[in-house]
Amino acid sequence: MGVTILHLSLLLALPPLLVGIIARTKAWFAGRKGAPLWQPYLDLWKLLHKGAVYSRTTTWLFRAGPIVSLAAALAAGLLTPLGAASSPLGFSGDVILFAYLLGLGRFFTMAAALDTGSSFEGMGASREAAFASLAEPALFLVLAIVCVPAGTASFAEAWASPWQTWGPAHPALPAAAVALFGVLLAENSRIPVDDPTTHLELTMIHEVMVLDHGGPDLAFVLYGSAVKLFLFASLLVHMVLPVPPAGGALGAGVFVAGAAAVAVLVGIVESVTVRIRLLRVPQFLVGASVIAALGLAVLLYRGTP
Amino acid sequence: MFGRRDRAALAVGTTGAIVASVVGAAASLLALRNGATFVWRARLSLPIGELRAGIDPLSAFFALCICVVSGLAAVYGAGYLRAYFGKRRVAPAIVFFNLLLAAMLGVVLARDGVSFLLAWEAMSLSSFFLVTFDNDREEVRRAGTTYLIASHVGVILLLVLFALLARTAGSFDFAAMGRIGPAAAGLGSVAFLLALGGFGTKAGFWPVHIWLPDAHPAAPSHVSAVMSGVMIKMGIYGLLRVLPFLGPPPAWWGAVLILVGAVSGVAGVLHALAQHDLKRLLAYHSVENIGIIALGIGIGLLGQHHGNPALATLGYAGALLHTLNHGLFKGLLFQGAGSVLHGSGTRHLESLGGLYRRMPATGTAFLVGSVAICGLPPLNGFVSEWLIFLGAFRGGATLPATGAVVVLVTLPALALIGGLAAACFVKVFGVVFLGEPRSDHARHAHEVGLAMRAPMLAAAVACLAIGLWPAGALALVAPAAVSLSGTSMPADLGPLFNISLLATVLVALIAALAWLRAWLLKARPVALAATWGCGYPHPTPRMQYTATSFADPVLAPFASVLQIRTHGGLPDGIFPTKAHFEKHVGDMAGERVLVPAWRRFLHAAHGLRVIQHGRMQLYLVYVLATLVALLLWQLPGAMRH
Repeated sequence: MGVTILHLSLLLALPPLLVGIIARTKAWFAGRKGAPLWQPYLDLWKLLHKGAVYSRTTTWLFRAGPIVSLAAALAAGLLTPLGAASSPLGFSGDVILFAYLLGLGRFFTMAAALDTGSSFEGMGASREAAFASLAEPALFLVLAIVCVPAGTASFAEAWASPWQTWGPAHPALPAAAVALFGVLLAENSRIPVDDPTTHLELTMIHEVMVLDHGGPDLAFVLYGSAVKLFLFASLLVHMVLPVPPAGGALGAGVFVAGAAAVAVLVGIVESVTVRIRLLRVPQFLVGASVIAALGLAVLLYRGTP
Repeated sequence: MFGRRDRAALAVGTTGAIVASVVGAAASLLALRNGATFVWRARLSLPIGELRAGIDPLSAFFALCICVVSGLAAVYGAGYLRAYFGKRRVAPAIVFFNLLLAAMLGVVLARDGVSFLLAWEAMSLSSFFLVTFDNDREEVRRAGTTYLIASHVGVILLLVLFALLARTAGSFDFAAMGRIGPAAAGLGSVAFLLALGGFGTKAGFWPVHIWLPDAHPAAPSHVSAVMSGVMIKMGIYGLLRVLPFLGPPPAWWGAVLILVGAVSGVAGVLHALAQHDLKRLLAYHSVENIGIIALGIGIGLLGQHHGNPALATLGYAGALLHTLNHGLFKGLLFQGAGSVLHGSGTRHLESLGGLYRRMPATGTAFLVGSVAICGLPPLNGFVSEWLIFLGAFRGGATLPATGAVVVLVTLPALALIGGLAAACFVKVFGVVFLGEPRSDHARHAHEVGLAMRAPMLAAAVACLAIGLWPAGALALVAPAAVSLSGTSMPADLGPLFNISLLATVLVALIAALAWLRAWLLKARPVALAATWGCGYPHPTPRMQYTATSFADPVLAPFASVLQIRTHGGLPDGIFPTKAHFEKHVGDMAGERVLVPAWRRFLHAAHGLRVIQHGRMQLYLVYVLATLVALLLWQLPGAMRH
């Protein structure tokens, strides 16, 4: 019971903090003081207290988009362990459900974008569809590297396997970590794939899809994407950090520190790299797949340590 | 005058089809529950001996799919065919629909090679007459011809296959063929390739799917629903029926099916993305889904080869459940496409838009079908894809390295297929139902009648029910899957309850967030305005993103394998005049594989012309020479007697 409460509070409370950390890191690199770490919470609070304006073209699907994508992200968050040995609703085969729940959220975000009839939002949805479909194989190859040696298809069992402890360093694990980090950047609309702070609609991907959302709907959208970022960060943390099997306060502490480190890393990448051209994004994503596939091949032919 | 007779035919024919479907579905459910194998024989005074019919779990499962999908399609057809009254004789469409239903049931119930092929041929011919129903359109006649040729090329392979099997088994009886077992060594691989080609042509494996995107859109929509939903699955049924006759499967059979499945899946969905015609797009998605089913069968075969019955059961259960699921959502989507055509008068994607407000019931059902076909939770498509994914993960963990590599190919392939399918159905649903109408057709669209709405909504409810309660659906599939994998071990239902739990949590979360949003907005100003146009004040519906532009960046990375042709281009000159741009994507299987292969074959056959020059005297010499040669060959034997 205590474990579940800890899991739920981490899942619900932590995501906006990562967004704050990224913004702070970027500010530090730019020599600015930057907004406080809790600024994203204040933004959400402000948006939740606003009214809303809807386009006359839209149907209920436009209103359903933010709700379904947030609900799907939260449901996916019940499947991954967060610094503990288990997750509230994890089961054998949960890795597949995790990926497809995020897919459900994306489907409704894109449908909501098309519901406005705006060509800008259509363009964003089209780019999101193109890049997400290429990110999907990379994610599943990473999941294969994580799950196959443990003989399971469940996050909790995979992280619990001794294979995950970096003991005898195995080339497949860094390959998986690099590929997963690439997928994280692409799926969460980060530089070098997308720029969440850009101000030109023509160059946006994720932000342009939600141009017409405001008030509580926009709050759901922002919170939902923060949860998604948090979930990908949690996968990366469990993959590269040996979380104590006992979990508890120590596990949670290690986990939170790891997630913050991932956010700092994302902020560094955003500060020191430039955005690649849209035509190059498929190469970036196929590159992630290739790295993961090489890791998997090494794993299968060299065997587990 | 014949309007009244047509009305009577429609009433009688539809009632017959519905009664048959209900009775058939009940009988299949009984057979699935009791698990009994029942065989019925009809002695005939024909050289082929007796005809046998029977039911076992595999037959019963496919019969259930046929009855459910065809029953819903029959109800839909009753509404859909009404539009033809007074324009065209409707009776043939009804007769051949019911014949098609009977022939498909005949295929799954046949228990010997001869009755199987008879029913198979009846199925191909009755569907040919349904495809060519609108035969005053040129493209329909062309589609019919392609279909007729493709099905008969397939039948030639099947004739050879069953002749080979009957020679080895000593009888056309399936029971005798089932006893061939390991004695099939040598025969096995030839027979496997024949079955793959013959049944694959019907199922629509790449590259022999080329009849499918022409034939399915040509037929009336309720027929497309049956053809795509269940008729092409008869190819899958045939494959699953014959494979156990061929003895223990070597590893390469599984590898071939996984390869065929991955290529069919990815090629099918890429071509679907490139289509502008709603029904043609859906037809290409059938190629994609047949590919997913082939992936499941491949995992099943690899599991059998490596003596891992649990893995085999997972693969087969995924393949079979996807067969049922695809029947449900593809039937629903084709009926939705028919309703769009009926309500707006066009199925050209770029002329549609904003139909959701005009056709809310069709739109809602189509949305459910779209989410289901993308394999997203909490609907049924997810459950079958989950089984196949799980099979791939388990196979990767338990099989030796080479087997593991093959089985793990399924993971990125199925993930890519899923991502592209989501892109495609966001495009279809968004362009057809959302936004503003792009033409007067769409502006004046109207909702369809109850007979057409009810079957779509029923199928949507079934999709949701299987998604929320997968364990119930697996109970239908398990007997057949277990019999195919050759084990007595029941399938493990445990994780399916977790899927139910999570699907319920998801639905509850959506409801809670919807309530939270309504509560937050209760006392706040909620205004209506125009869509944000980035400062441009006079947007028109033509400025909306089109289906072609939506698909463009998705297809761009695959441009080198797709046959993309463009006509026209950017306006040029100092004072540009009217510009024109067209884009078509041809079928790479036809243009890059089949046509070149056929040319090469013709070229190779060129040498045979030397003996074919049309001179009667020389032909008579051939006859004489053959006779003499045969006599000389038989002479020693005759002398000995």
